Amino acid sequence: MQQEGFASFLLRQARVLDPEHHRDETADILVSGGILKEVTPHLNIRETGLSNVQEIDLEGKWVAPGFVDMHVHLREPGEEYKETIESGTRAAVAGGYVAVACMPNTHPVNDSSAVTRFIVDRARERGSCHVFPVASITLGSRGKDLTEMGELQEAGAVALSDDGRPVMDSMTMRRALEYSRTYNLLVISHAEDLSLAANGVMNEGPTSTLLGLRGIPAAAEEVMIARDILLSQLTGAPVHIAHVSTEGSVSLIRNAKNLGIQVTGETAPHYFTLTDDAIMKFDTVFKVNPPIRRHRDVEAVKRGLADGTLDAIATDHAPHSSLEKDTEFEFAANGAIGLESALPLALGLVREGVLSPLEMVAKLSRNPARILGIPLGSLETGKPAHLTVIDPEAAYVLDAETFQSKSRNCPFHGWKVQGQVLMTVVDGRIAFTRLNL
Amino acid sequence: MPFQRKDLLGIRELEVHEIEHILELAFSLKEINSRSIKKVPTLRGKTVVHLFYEASTRTRTSFDIAAKRLSADTFSIGATTSSLTKGETFLDTVKNLEAMKPDIFIIRHSASGTPHRIAQRTPVAVINAGDGMHEHPSQALLDMMTIRQFKGRLDGLNVLLVGDIAHSRVARSNIWGLTKMGSRVTTCAPRTLLPPHLETLGVQVCPRMEEAIPHADVIMILRLQKERQEQKLLPSLREYAVQFGVNAQRLRRAKKDVLIMHPGPINRGVEVSPDVADGPHSVILEQVTNGVALRMALLYLLAQNQP
Ligand SMILES: [Zn+2]
Repeated sequence: MQQEGFASFLLRQARVLDPEHHRDETADILVSGGILKEVTPHLNIRETGLSNVQEIDLEGKWVAPGFVDMHVHLREPGEEYKETIESGTRAAVAGGYVAVACMPNTHPVNDSSAVTRFIVDRARERGSCHVFPVASITLGSRGKDLTEMGELQEAGAVALSDDGRPVMDSMTMRRALEYSRTYNLLVISHAEDLSLAANGVMNEGPTSTLLGLRGIPAAAEEVMIARDILLSQLTGAPVHIAHVSTEGSVSLIRNAKNLGIQVTGETAPHYFTLTDDAIMKFDTVFKVNPPIRRHRDVEAVKRGLADGTLDAIATDHAPHSSLEKDTEFEFAANGAIGLESALPLALGLVREGVLSPLEMVAKLSRNPARILGIPLGSLETGKPAHLTVIDPEAAYVLDAETFQSKSRNCPFHGWKVQGQVLMTVVDGRIAFTRLNL
Repeated sequence: MPFQRKDLLGIRELEVHEIEHILELAFSLKEINSRSIKKVPTLRGKTVVHLFYEASTRTRTSFDIAAKRLSADTFSIGATTSSLTKGETFLDTVKNLEAMKPDIFIIRHSASGTPHRIAQRTPVAVINAGDGMHEHPSQALLDMMTIRQFKGRLDGLNVLLVGDIAHSRVARSNIWGLTKMGSRVTTCAPRTLLPPHLETLGVQVCPRMEEAIPHADVIMILRLQKERQEQKLLPSLREYAVQFGVNAQRLRRAKKDVLIMHPGPINRGVEVSPDVADGPHSVILEQVTNGVALRMALLYLLAQNQP
């Protein structure tokens, strides 16, 4: 019996990468009725008793648990001209993601259960993948009064962050960590000391001096990471550091982990790929916050990924229109879209020998799912099927004009890359595919 | 061809031979400015638009006189008259003006890199008349012209830059120009007014005026904006004047033929004392005179390079 709306399909002879079960082997995968039925070296269709099973030959391709992006901006409610939950999740499945966690800096800010519920409902109606709202730590993300975290959790929030802004006041951050612990709600820190960042527009270094642009020193990030690590130690609450970009940040997190402090960290592809020299022509597509840094920071971020200091690769997908980007460099908004370019850049780390394929998959799926406490990121038979199918070899040119996102602010537009998402399966349905089925 | 660019955006990207060519042309055009009829027909029929997003009487007047002496028609769009404040982007403004078929834009903007972003998008020639803290190429060129006029050379000279290097586009353009031309550049200022990684620009840092002054062939004094004190970069203007102000007493230890330069406008009594600004070593007004000739040279070269 085939369930309504669900097809049965058999993925033949792909390289199956499942970090949760330490599995890296060639196997067949059977999905039926939305459920992951079998993962086994060789499957005989007749023995399954199923009819109408579509067989898809995936020799040379990879299958991973569906990717989870723990840091995106979907811009809805309020800035639907940049992105909507509908377009953002279409971009997500095109990039191999079966779930995204969306940051609260919408208009209005997601600081109430009404907004959280709106996001959850809208995602259910129009989303191509799962959407997990991150609610704000403080009302309006103004850094003063705590949000009603218990109610936000009931409405569907999986974590808390004032992303885009730091919680500058240390006592407020302490209280946030203590109070959120009541509900086991993770606090995600956007680590930026605003007084040190001093309205800077790029990394502080030789390039900012050369270009006469105000710099943001690495210390603006590191001071806050150090503070939040100490507050995590003080309160016993875990803290997750968003978009780690500097050498010093990586070593602070590494040391804290060695001390047994419950800190986790993520970085984004632009931080392990780009240096601030990219700004030499004042191209605002490279304006992000934290800013892209120096070569030694890029290398340190890679080492942090390799040794496990940095647990996750997120995209910090931040859509902006030409209104925010086609301006003077100083006045341009921070942010780059990333959902549809993350995989080939992450695969670059595999080709460089920084990560094994299994480690890369862990940082794109299992680890962010674990950090957020959501039941994704592993291949569990008998559970809804969430899969990402990859062609690791496909070589092509990234073309932002073809992206599903509403925005075009992709710093990698025109790059020759290798590795492509072939298919994304969400709850057993093919939510995206490049294959001719 | 010695100078083939569409735009003049900065000194950093210029080759030595291009700087040489501009300076030589400026020296030869300077004579026009001392004639009784100060006008040549070279740019007749050309339209020059001043697009100033930041107030500046001096630079704009200098460019305007230069253009008029070459018989170009000139128009000014200031921040007050522009529609910038009404939500029009700088690109809208540029595209609108472009539709009226001007030949040269002279652009000043408080945001670094804006003339560069405009130049990438328009076929009109662009001269950067100062962008943020980035570059002020015509100022550096007229400074080099003035030094060469009095010293006969740039190569091997010791040039001391005093003051707010961090926020100064004049300093950056001069550092690139002078070091390309073989001068040794030393900077003297409190550390809060020096940009991070200044050494990567190829200059020396000397924190003490007393040590720096005796070696200098040229002392270039930068304007100190009063807001630097409000930004807590300085404890007081008084201490700055005492520690880094150029006054007659300090100059006693200087070389006899030292040149005193300042891009203007001067804060008398802060970065330079009146007796030095008006004294025998000062070539501050000659800088202004040379500015017109130098800008005539730039307009001439860019107009020539147009298709
Ligand atoms: Zn952030």
